[in-house]
Amino acid sequence: MQHPFEHFLQQIVFGLQAGSTYALIALGYTMVYGVLRLINFAHGDVYMVGMYITVLSVRAIYLHHWISPSWEMLCIVLLLSMIGCGLLGVIIERLAYRPLRKAPRLAALITAIGVSLLLENTGNLDSVFGSSPLTCKDVLPGGHTDFNIGGVLIERNYLVIFVATIVLLAILWFVVSKTRLGRAMRAVSQDVDAASLMGVNTNKVISFTFFVGSALAGAAGCLFASMTPNSINPYIGILPGVKAFVAAVLGGIGNIPGAAVGGFLMGLAESLVVAYGPLIHLGNGYNDAAAFAILILILLFRPTGLFGRGITEKV
Amino acid sequence: MKRTLVNILIVAATVAIVFGLDKVVSRLQNDPSLHAGYPVRILMLALIAVIAAVSLNLVNGFTGQFSMGHAAFYGIGAYTGAALTVFAQKQLFGHILAIGEETGWWLSSGVLLLAMLVGGLAAALTGFVVGLPSLKLRGDYLAIMTVGFNMIVVVIANNLKEMGGAAGFNGVYVGDTLIGIPPLTTFFWVALVAIAVVVLSINLRRSVHGLAFESIREDEIAAEAMGIPTTRYKVTAFVLAAFIAGAAGALYVHFDLRVSPADIDFIVSINFVVMVVLGGLGSVSGAVIGAILLTVLPEALRMNGSYRLVIYSIMLIVLMLVRPQGIFGRDEIGRAWMLKQVQGTKTLPARISGWTASLFDRFAHRRLSS
Repeated sequence: MQHPFEHFLQQIVFGLQAGSTYALIALGYTMVYGVLRLINFAHGDVYMVGMYITVLSVRAIYLHHWISPSWEMLCIVLLLSMIGCGLLGVIIERLAYRPLRKAPRLAALITAIGVSLLLENTGNLDSVFGSSPLTCKDVLPGGHTDFNIGGVLIERNYLVIFVATIVLLAILWFVVSKTRLGRAMRAVSQDVDAASLMGVNTNKVISFTFFVGSALAGAAGCLFASMTPNSINPYIGILPGVKAFVAAVLGGIGNIPGAAVGGFLMGLAESLVVAYGPLIHLGNGYNDAAAFAILILILLFRPTGLFGRGITEKV
Repeated sequence: MKRTLVNILIVAATVAIVFGLDKVVSRLQNDPSLHAGYPVRILMLALIAVIAAVSLNLVNGFTGQFSMGHAAFYGIGAYTGAALTVFAQKQLFGHILAIGEETGWWLSSGVLLLAMLVGGLAAALTGFVVGLPSLKLRGDYLAIMTVGFNMIVVVIANNLKEMGGAAGFNGVYVGDTLIGIPPLTTFFWVALVAIAVVVLSINLRRSVHGLAFESIREDEIAAEAMGIPTTRYKVTAFVLAAFIAGAAGALYVHFDLRVSPADIDFIVSINFVVMVVLGGLGSVSGAVIGAILLTVLPEALRMNGSYRLVIYSIMLIVLMLVRPQGIFGRDEIGRAWMLKQVQGTKTLPARISGWTASLFDRFAHRRLSS
């Protein structure tokens, strides 16, 4: 039996683990929203594709005995799913969103929903991924060993997820704030037309944004599929996708640090409700509701999210 | 005076026609040799979808607010209606009635209307409680708020042990006998409600209140400046839409005789939004056509097996790409619309070839320019 405070710390650890995934997915939502003002509904399904890329490539590696489970193997599958998802994101933007850039915003939203359905239902075909759930073979040897830090148990795989997330966030921060392309990205998210007048190739920047956002979703998918014992199916991306979007709104949509913080908060809220919900007679399954209840409360008192700036409407 | 008389005659004629059609439909349904059960089922589901889509159009189309949680109201109506007919029969009538084919038409219709009213009121009340604070939010924030609300309703339904929880609700067992949800919904009521909701919407659009809704859509600040109480109108639209959706839910549950959390999920809300946007946001005719199309299309594609949903999603994307404003835009089917279609050479074949040409141009142009 754990000490109550250790139990609490344990829940915080679980929350940060779950939050890593949400944070990575939420970044894609918030970046795309920043440049296009579009809720990219297909983003959760890009995450799902990332999982499948990982699981299937790990299978292929096992089948041909290319390399044994190791850090190299993790790096290879991570890169594969990031690049695969990044390209998928760019293709989706090219074919489904770019033709509608001048159309009413809701039209693009509907095509986003269409793309989401397309990815799910195509994935569900037996000739593509198939509808039966898959699990991933081990990528790291002995990843399920626990570290015991002062009574708090941390599984090594989960630590890998957390550290990888932090590293990816740091890289993203560097790209967005220190590089030319990142500066162009910020310019486009402030004002597309003005940026284009200043000589920014907006199409290129938007494609790049989709690449980065989708690659982060791919990374999240890869880490989740390879490091946790969960099995995956073609419809697995929907709920994490919606929750990550909520996380992005929580942090103030369009705000990159906000999305990361929102993701972690979302994970924390969920794990705390799972742990302490039964004390106030909340049954199983209320963790999903908790996330949304918190969202509603925050929106009521701070309608632009935690870090979003209020937009004054000009007449 | 004369107008009132004409209106009464029109209503009477409509009721009579629907009643006649109801006889035809029930004949089709009850004669197994005609194999019409499945098409009739699709017809009923399409009409129920019409009611829900037209009500959503009041909020998303007319008022320009973006609700993505309409299935929650539909679900509240369905669950409340089913609870009423299953649990309250005994309290209301002293014993458990076998409402259905054996009971008289008047009694089962009365109970259905009561269920619709109670379901609608429950949904409207929730709509008021949710709408009052959240309609302060704009655009995407309102959208995500309604998504959150929908998710919460689904989680509550999942945990509602008295009504089946995640497995769904189809009645309660007293001893070994199932007191099921009575099959009260007939074609007559579904069609009549659908017609009533459509007529109400079109009249609303032309009325002062409808114009107030539309002014909020066009420019909320300008509307406020013209003295329109925007919050009150937004909440009114929201509550009215919730009421109609709740009634549609009660109709649905007494037709399908079961309801589960999956039927009221966020995905279903998305489906309602797609119906409205595909038909043309703000057009009542559009919502009707969108609802029918999106109910019938997946069924019509059924022979393609597992490729059905793939084809469906591709069609959805292509339709939106070639016609971003929706099928009807903001127009209604009527004299003006007909004239517009006839003018010039814009016949349907000409339009289709025009669309393909423009799509082709778009791709060809891109290749040339890049």
